[in-house]
Amino acid sequence: MSEKLLQIKNLYVNADKKEILKGINLTINKGEIHVIMGPNGSGKTTTANAILNNPAYSKKKGSIIFDSQDITNLSTDEIARKGVFMSFQMPEEIPGISVTNFLKYAKNKITSKPVKAAEFKIDLMKYMRELKMNPKNMARSLNVGFSGGEKKKNEILQMLVLNPKLAILDETDSGLDVDAIKTVSKGIEMFKNDQNAVLIITHNTKILHSLKVDYVHILVDGKIVDTSTSELAKTIEEEGYSKYKKEVDTSEED
Amino acid sequence: MKKTKIEDINRNIYDIKNKDEYEFKIKKGLSKDIVEEISAKKNEPSWMRDFRLKALDVYNSLKLPTWGPDLSCLNMDEIATYVKPKTKLSNSWDDVDEDIKNTFDKLGIPEAEKKSLAGVGAQYDSEVVYHSMKEELKKQGVIYTDMETAVNEYPELVKKYFMKCVPVYDHKFVALHGAVWSGGSFVYVPKNVKVDIPLQSYFRLNSKEAGQFEHTLIIVEEGASLHFIEGCSAPKYNKVNLHAGCVELYVKDNAYLRYSTIENWSKNMLNLNTKKAIVGKNAKMEWVSGSFGSKISMLYPMSILDGEGAQTEYTGISFASTGQNLDNGFKVVHNAKNTSSLVNAKSISKNGGKCTYRSLVRINENAKNSKSSVSCESLMLDDISISDTIPTNDIRTDDAQFSHEAKIGKISDKTIFYLMSRGMTEEDAKAMIVRGFAYEVSKELPVEYAVEMNNLINLELEGAIG
Ligand SMILES: Nc1ncnc2c1ncn2[C@@H]1O[C@H](COP(=O)(O)OP(=O)(O)OP(=O)(O)O)[C@@H](O)[C@H]1O
Ligand SMILES: [Mg+2]
Repeated sequence: MSEKLLQIKNLYVNADKKEILKGINLTINKGEIHVIMGPNGSGKTTTANAILNNPAYSKKKGSIIFDSQDITNLSTDEIARKGVFMSFQMPEEIPGISVTNFLKYAKNKITSKPVKAAEFKIDLMKYMRELKMNPKNMARSLNVGFSGGEKKKNEILQMLVLNPKLAILDETDSGLDVDAIKTVSKGIEMFKNDQNAVLIITHNTKILHSLKVDYVHILVDGKIVDTSTSELAKTIEEEGYSKYKKEVDTSEED
Repeated sequence: MKKTKIEDINRNIYDIKNKDEYEFKIKKGLSKDIVEEISAKKNEPSWMRDFRLKALDVYNSLKLPTWGPDLSCLNMDEIATYVKPKTKLSNSWDDVDEDIKNTFDKLGIPEAEKKSLAGVGAQYDSEVVYHSMKEELKKQGVIYTDMETAVNEYPELVKKYFMKCVPVYDHKFVALHGAVWSGGSFVYVPKNVKVDIPLQSYFRLNSKEAGQFEHTLIIVEEGASLHFIEGCSAPKYNKVNLHAGCVELYVKDNAYLRYSTIENWSKNMLNLNTKKAIVGKNAKMEWVSGSFGSKISMLYPMSILDGEGAQTEYTGISFASTGQNLDNGFKVVHNAKNTSSLVNAKSISKNGGKCTYRSLVRINENAKNSKSSVSCESLMLDDISISDTIPTNDIRTDDAQFSHEAKIGKISDKTIFYLMSRGMTEEDAKAMIVRGFAYEVSKELPVEYAVEMNNLINLELEGAIG
């Protein structure tokens, strides 16, 4: 019997007084990989932000259950400490804080006990090798002056170090070259086990090739309009969203 | 110092308020009698007494500055300019009065001395209570002592240099300093002697409604080098205290001096400190400055680049919170060919605090082929705080390179959300951003002081400093 990790129930979210999410329902079990696809501006990033309760987005209705606890109104840091991680579509820059120090500090906060320096270093070296990252960059300020691709790899490195129960990857693959996509995909494989889950937000299927995707959801205009197996991602790549958009459009005209 | 982790903060150490005990406290106010009495208490030679009286005349003839923060809260009639602690100057901590020793213990001074310093001076109220230096340095001819001892034992050096770099008529509070100065350190590094580990003087003002007027005089002879660290703090009282110290630095040809400061005054303090360096040919003067606390601060360290190829760098940060007006900056005068200055000034303001960066860059006609690059950056943690930049650039030659860059910023909600999504509370997140902002300054400090500065930043963010 699969165990529920995340349950989003009938979620309505506003941003800047505008209704963005209009009744999202989504259940992710431990051990699963889910994918959300959808046109630009359909609400994918908003969904990720809502799970982490970004105060810039206000929840109007619905609830979010994570690991059997209601996290709908918890603060972002509490949710993070319960085991939710998000790889940002646009990672922030933190001048004056080195990648290593940032990771160490965040790890401390997430596990709420001091990390063992030696162990931490060994793990970090391992992950960096896996992600083909330049160790010299570890002493640089987090994301400052990093290329788009390097920033995305930094996010995946954080995921591996922080080892969350649920990793939400918001367009981590966009801006990555062909080889880097494969590398990141390997990083996800390395992370994945039967106790955690991954939610991948993406516009293309390359990152999915080597992963065992359980479900693909199509998000259009703040609603999940279709859910199916990984085949659906390929169909979308070939045919686009026109089919769903029409449905939405006509329903709105009614 | 003894703190090793950033989390490991003891918010009480700066605020230990010993009983206002002293051997002697001069009556409040400022007059010829008072100045003469200070001089008599110190058993000074008559040339110094005459100097003081002359400075008092200058003080009386000068007006308060017409620019900058409003100093009307200062009433000299309410300030005792000399407070002699109830302990004698010693070179052994064991001989220092128990209460006073405990204070310095908690500030981590004796500990730091054992671990990483070549010499230490500690001043409590108006007098230096402890001074000591490693034997090797003495053998190399290095002098490190309190100013009073220097006046008596090295009168020729003192007469040659004392208040020549900062003359008493510079401004009103320098004149005041000249009249009532007490304590401070004297350092002389002979030609070609390199002092590899830092010397440190720590100034603690415990008494209330009092002033501290320590005088630091450092001479680094040709080809010599030194790193000097100055620390300052005081517990909080409700009445105004005054700090009008004076620092004079002589960096001779090919010499090197780094002067690092962490000033952490209580928020009833007016910090009107004057610091200046004269830099010789191919010599280098580096300032590193962390300015915390105080009600009003007017602090503009200055380098005068007198020798060809002289260089100076200033790296500084100020942090102002509620009720604080920190008017800080850096001044440089390029007076010779091929001189260069590099300024990196930062400020943080919070809860209605005000930080002003006030600066001067003057490149004189004769300073051909000189370079000056100034960058100042301020971070405001909310909408009610104030940050301002008032640069004066006076470039008198065509073939100088000069650049000035100013940035004012706020912490973005997006960045806070990003950090919170990594498990940090909102406070953790802000503290990290501020720490990162201050890093360019803290990385210039010896590690113990960098930790100290991070602690101060955390205390300021929590609003725990009085
Ligand atoms: N903070 C905000 N304030 C105002 N509008 C917002 C805000 N955040 C998102 N929106 C709007 O909500 C809609 C959904 O945005 P969202 O970022 O979730 O889209 P997305 O599906 O992630 O798109 P993309 O594929 O381009 O990344 C967009 O129209 C966007 O402009
Ligand atoms: Mg998006």
